[in-house]
Amino acid sequence: MSQPGTKKIRWVNETPLSPIERTYIPLVVQGLATTIRHLFSKKITVQFPEERYQPPDPIIYRGVHRLNRDEKGRVKCVACFLCSTACPARCIDIEAGESPWPDREKYPVRFTIDMLRCIFCGMCEEACPVNAIELTSLYDLSGKSREEMVFDKNKLLLIYDWTKDAEPPLERLIAAVGTREVPGGQSPPEAPEETWPPADAAAFDRVAERAAEARLSPPGT
Amino acid sequence: MAIALVDGIVVEFDERENLNGIQLARRAGVEIPHYCWHPGLSVVASCRMCLVEIGFRNAVTGEVRLLPKLVAACNTPAQDGLVLVTQSAKVQQARAMVQEDLLLRHPVDCPICDKAGECLLQDYYYRYGHRQRRAPWGPFTSRRKDIGEKITLFVDRCIMCSRCVRFTREISGTAELMIVDRGNHQEIDIFPGFPINNKLSGNVVDLCPVGALGDKEFLYKQRVWYLTSHPSVCVQCATGCSIWVDENQDRIWRLRPRENPFVNKWWMCNDGRYAYPYVHSPQRLVGARRKAPDGWCDLDWSSLVEELRQFLEQKERLAAVVSPFLTVEEAYLLCRAIRQVDPRAPLVLGDVPQVGEDERFPGGFAIAREKCPNRRGVEEVIAHFIGRVPPVEELPELVRRHGAQAVWLSGEYPQGWAKLEWLPALAELGVALIVHDLFPSALCDRAEFVVGAPAFAEKAGSYVNRHDRLQSVPAAIRPPKGVFPAGRLLWRLLGQEGTYEPASVLQEVARNISYFRAALGTIPPVGVDLKVNLLAVAENGTVNDLGTESLMIG
Repeated sequence: MSQPGTKKIRWVNETPLSPIERTYIPLVVQGLATTIRHLFSKKITVQFPEERYQPPDPIIYRGVHRLNRDEKGRVKCVACFLCSTACPARCIDIEAGESPWPDREKYPVRFTIDMLRCIFCGMCEEACPVNAIELTSLYDLSGKSREEMVFDKNKLLLIYDWTKDAEPPLERLIAAVGTREVPGGQSPPEAPEETWPPADAAAFDRVAERAAEARLSPPGT
Repeated sequence: MAIALVDGIVVEFDERENLNGIQLARRAGVEIPHYCWHPGLSVVASCRMCLVEIGFRNAVTGEVRLLPKLVAACNTPAQDGLVLVTQSAKVQQARAMVQEDLLLRHPVDCPICDKAGECLLQDYYYRYGHRQRRAPWGPFTSRRKDIGEKITLFVDRCIMCSRCVRFTREISGTAELMIVDRGNHQEIDIFPGFPINNKLSGNVVDLCPVGALGDKEFLYKQRVWYLTSHPSVCVQCATGCSIWVDENQDRIWRLRPRENPFVNKWWMCNDGRYAYPYVHSPQRLVGARRKAPDGWCDLDWSSLVEELRQFLEQKERLAAVVSPFLTVEEAYLLCRAIRQVDPRAPLVLGDVPQVGEDERFPGGFAIAREKCPNRRGVEEVIAHFIGRVPPVEELPELVRRHGAQAVWLSGEYPQGWAKLEWLPALAELGVALIVHDLFPSALCDRAEFVVGAPAFAEKAGSYVNRHDRLQSVPAAIRPPKGVFPAGRLLWRLLGQEGTYEPASVLQEVARNISYFRAALGTIPPVGVDLKVNLLAVAENGTVNDLGTESLMIG
């Protein structure tokens, strides 16, 4: 550890201002130049709500949660509580029960997320062993009461139904890596610009590769 | 004393202790992983997880000669000159291979398995397993078999340690479980039509080192890492089993046996295990109320103590029923509070519920017919104050003879009062009743005061079981809103300074009543035997194999 007095520390004195600098004019000009540059450069803000911001990469955007459905349309969640365990805001509340279906063992009887408490960190998505909870790119959420902001299972499944076409579940993205085909039969070039995946095939590859990196390594290794 | 070497650490032990290699290693602070061995069951050495290198040290030359093959530590008796090597590459390789073999057929459905978090298979895999799984991943499901009223079997999670089979043969003596088929097709099963419904069946779930046996009452209710365990004592019978109360946010989710070699060893019965839901019953009496001309008047806790004190002092002549569900400290404070106002007040022992006969099991476990936890303690407290222990049937007679104006009735019976034959005779005398109870009963209608009482897990204190063993336990959860721990209420009623501390009250009891003399000083977790007036100390090597084992390797 370096401490004052040891050789590793070089003590530097403040350089004295030159006579021109002492007028502060160069510094004022420098500051104004930044302001003027931003005045005429491309704006990064949008006129919400008339104009809507489009997240450049909806797959990694951390907006409102959704609960995915399995191939039979049932809630995919197995009620393992790992998301609520990982949640630093303690906003996920689950009540588990025996599933009514013969091929499934455990399912969430109740699943609520308190969106007012949620800090949208995405830890739940990371913790989920079956990719059942995902964060969508929906970001404008509002409600008239606190109760309305506690999203229950049906609401979270509804968000999946809304967003599943624009933002396919990660597993379908991973499956598409080999074929380069978009899940749902659409091929990237014909897709309209505002839908996911973007027309730019390279961008799709980039996301799919990242998804594959993140998800393909088996758990417990 | 004999001497053995465990990983170069010298361990001294007595050969008469009958230790095995695992227990011997524990003395040296070395954990040997094991599945099938359990201190309460016979040794089968079938899981092969405890394989170690053993050898013998020549006492004369000091030369150590190791056996060429690995040997199961659970099946190796500790003897003088024994040498155990538990960390060599050979042993580690063997453990990793055992782990890999067990996981070949295991569904690895940890996210939906109730055992996850306290599972030996998980713990040992992280500690001793291979880094990488070489086998393909199987389906994420386990076949499920219904094998009893309380127990369900997840067939594919089983690692065939046979602890549950041995338990039903050796401890409960009912032998419902067996292993069917051979080799890879081995499965735990019951004989068709003979489910596992014995009174100790809940223990097989605790015994199971993996999640193969599930408790239907607890299934999918909570993940174990949300639960906090508190030591406690079961109040369902006079055996007074040591238990863990597992709670999450003041709600009890399950009870588990706590190892106590002097009381229940590693077991507890289903009557005690599944009795806790009454603690959270919505029918419970909460708050305090006093009879008013037009119904009831609710009292808040700040005014209750003053009202009660004024009432008792105004009535002058008192009597009290001391329930065998009270702790020693509460019984003592109640007797003192009543006798402070009326030094000649009669005290009677509350109803002692008796059901059937004692139930004994081949493994030594016994369920007492007496369904209350503290008859002995309360008897001795009452005897200290009045010299004898009148039963509750004598209450009307004693009240009439003494001319008592008010009777303090403590109940706290989980199933309600069993016998109230004495109530009409008492009602004829026109005495005022102060009812301190868990549930509404016929007494409440005639009462002047009705005060909600705490349930067993909500109060700290000491219980004396039928074999005169006193166990002191802390409170596990907070009582529901409006319920005051009885000790605190009585402490205030006595006008004592400061807060109610059960430990210091017990010291006062131990100083004043010779029966409790052995309780002077600190009480070990296994309790003290009041009969021999000696502090009982737990044997060194007996580490809790149900509760703390998975913590030990964590």
